[in-house]
Amino acid sequence: MAFSKDQLLDRLKELQIEFSLYEHPVVLTVEAQAKYVGNLGGALSKNLFLKDKKHRYYVVSALADTKVDLKVLSQRLGLGKGGLRMAAEEALVEILKVPLGCVTPFAVVNESARHVSLLLDQGFKTQEYCFFHPLSNDMSISLNAHGLDKFLKSIGRDPSYVDLEANPPVGKDQPPDLAAFVPSDAPILSDLPVKAPTQDSTGKHVSAASNSAAVAAKAVKPSGNAQNVKEKPVNTVQPSIPAADAGNFVEELLDRASALLLSEISEDSIKQHSGQLGAEVANNIKKCLREDLKNLATIFKNTAYTEGFYAGTRYQPKRL
Amino acid sequence: MEKVEDQNPQQEEDQVVNPWEVSAKDGGKIDYDKLIDKFGCQRLDQSFVDRVQRLTSRPPHVFLRRGVFFAHRDFNDILDAYERGQKFYLYTGRGPSSEALHLGHLIPFMFTKYLQDAFKVPLVIQLTDDEKCMWKNLSVEESQRLARENAKDIIACGFDISKTFIFSDFDYVGGAFYKNMVKVAKCVTYNKVVGIFGFTGEDHIGKVSFPPVQAVPSFPSSFPHLFSGKDDLRCLIPCAIDQDPYFRKTRDVAPRIGYHKPALIESLFFPALQGETGKMSASDPNSAIYVTDSAKDIKYKVNKHAFTGGQETIEKHRQYGANLEVDIPIKYLNFFLEDDAELEHIKKAYGAGRMLTGEVKKRLIEVLTEIVERHRRARAAVTDEMVDAFMAVRPLPNMFD
Repeated sequence: MAFSKDQLLDRLKELQIEFSLYEHPVVLTVEAQAKYVGNLGGALSKNLFLKDKKHRYYVVSALADTKVDLKVLSQRLGLGKGGLRMAAEEALVEILKVPLGCVTPFAVVNESARHVSLLLDQGFKTQEYCFFHPLSNDMSISLNAHGLDKFLKSIGRDPSYVDLEANPPVGKDQPPDLAAFVPSDAPILSDLPVKAPTQDSTGKHVSAASNSAAVAAKAVKPSGNAQNVKEKPVNTVQPSIPAADAGNFVEELLDRASALLLSEISEDSIKQHSGQLGAEVANNIKKCLREDLKNLATIFKNTAYTEGFYAGTRYQPKRL
Repeated sequence: MEKVEDQNPQQEEDQVVNPWEVSAKDGGKIDYDKLIDKFGCQRLDQSFVDRVQRLTSRPPHVFLRRGVFFAHRDFNDILDAYERGQKFYLYTGRGPSSEALHLGHLIPFMFTKYLQDAFKVPLVIQLTDDEKCMWKNLSVEESQRLARENAKDIIACGFDISKTFIFSDFDYVGGAFYKNMVKVAKCVTYNKVVGIFGFTGEDHIGKVSFPPVQAVPSFPSSFPHLFSGKDDLRCLIPCAIDQDPYFRKTRDVAPRIGYHKPALIESLFFPALQGETGKMSASDPNSAIYVTDSAKDIKYKVNKHAFTGGQETIEKHRQYGANLEVDIPIKYLNFFLEDDAELEHIKKAYGAGRMLTGEVKKRLIEVLTEIVERHRRARAAVTDEMVDAFMAVRPLPNMFD
């Protein structure tokens, strides 16, 4: 089910993205690629497929000359000093569906790469055109950064460019500046339909649930997930509509109710209310949760309505 | 560019309150009683709060209980009609001048959401992107972009999409809306509008012709896709009290063109962190709590920048207690702490010196963090498609259910 290079090229043509195609023998490195397309005026790209300790993946695509320091990048992403390393070849094949030596920003078109975060060198914008592999290393295509943007937008990705050489301090008062690029915890193998760049109402509930179950007014400590989730409004995906998932919605409600229930039942409260504890707890739960749950329900309703609305605007009337 | 309504500001009023300027007398507090007198609106007393509770069969919103929404015009008419089975619709809006929304901005929206839920009525929300384009000299595209971004935060307040229509002026002005604009414009002379808004010969004509745009959402015929055939439908406008001069003009004009006067329900100003006399300013991030602030930011801002009424030393504090009149944490808790009993307890203990400033601040930080957190989660669930749906010109068949 992987996207083929032909499908990619067709899609580029459909989107009317200008590009030039160059075929050459299989190349595995930038140096080798340079032998064939290095003198054509455009800029070559180097592409890294990286992984962090929590099995989240990143494609870092940069100008060949840009210095990419994995330690710095790791810190800027909020992963600590040694958080990033090159991903294994198997991951390359399984997630990006490309062979060795062929990492390319275009690989995120694959369904399997939905959670993969994409970091693009802002240097691309200064070049008239840049070279990338179109899902196969026996070809290179050159296109302008705008063309790449158009393609990424068409698959629901928000193209964002980063100064990869920058080394801003990261500390107590300076949060990691690239933290938004860390995908929310969702390995493709899991059952949960949580997507990284898309903002699911489901995604909300799952990470909110894992994040803080206690409804009592406690300051919520943002976990790695919540951090990304909060940053998300910037990277909302366009055409992909988040699903109003009844299952996740119910799980969220039950999580909150049971957390509150557990907090209400303690040795003290048992002593205090004994037989009446049930009624007392039931009342408290209703009182505390009413507004919160109504809000969740409204979000669910709005999401479902939006799905329907979106479908309705693309509805094809019956042919007579 | 913005002037006071009266031509002799300093002699008569010590405090200045109009849609573009709000300042208290000599750096003191705003005198709301004087304001109500001067404007000629009514106090919202406890009998109203009780009546709302009876009519809606639910506890009144914290802003009503605490007197945050404290003044009105014709709210009793709205309630009378409601009792007779006649519904109304809500109208509120925002001038999208910046992306950063703070808690003060959310207050009218939080209250409006409550009104929508409690009375089960529809709502129109106007985003005056054209106004900001003109007054703040933004490009058309930028003001439209800000309008959409702000719409997301507004939606995150929890409005029901089956009962809410959000529109931006650039998108919606035209048709029936524009016809009403012209009707209103015909009723207001150039001199009048200069008098109210303080325009000068140097102001461009866009500004001069803007006021009707904000007036006509008060009339149901401006929204034929929603209220067709319901010309009699009343309108209730929740807003901050500085908008009163504006809508006073609209109320003047309404009967002349055959419409009901819109009713108003008005709120206090939300104080800046540094105190009532401080100004909440978009350029000073420490003057307010933003919806994008992290738990850490909130803790820092409240601890370092909130103006308190506590005494300088613990001994003095235990002896004299805190000055609740100027204490910002108490004021903020007044807005946002739901539990009446707990608030009373804190006020008593803090005022008597038994509770320390640090403890009050800690409680405030908890409350604010929960609100901002909840908002952010809701905001994250708002997609561009959802904004499109809220802003689509579509019928709302269940708007009164």
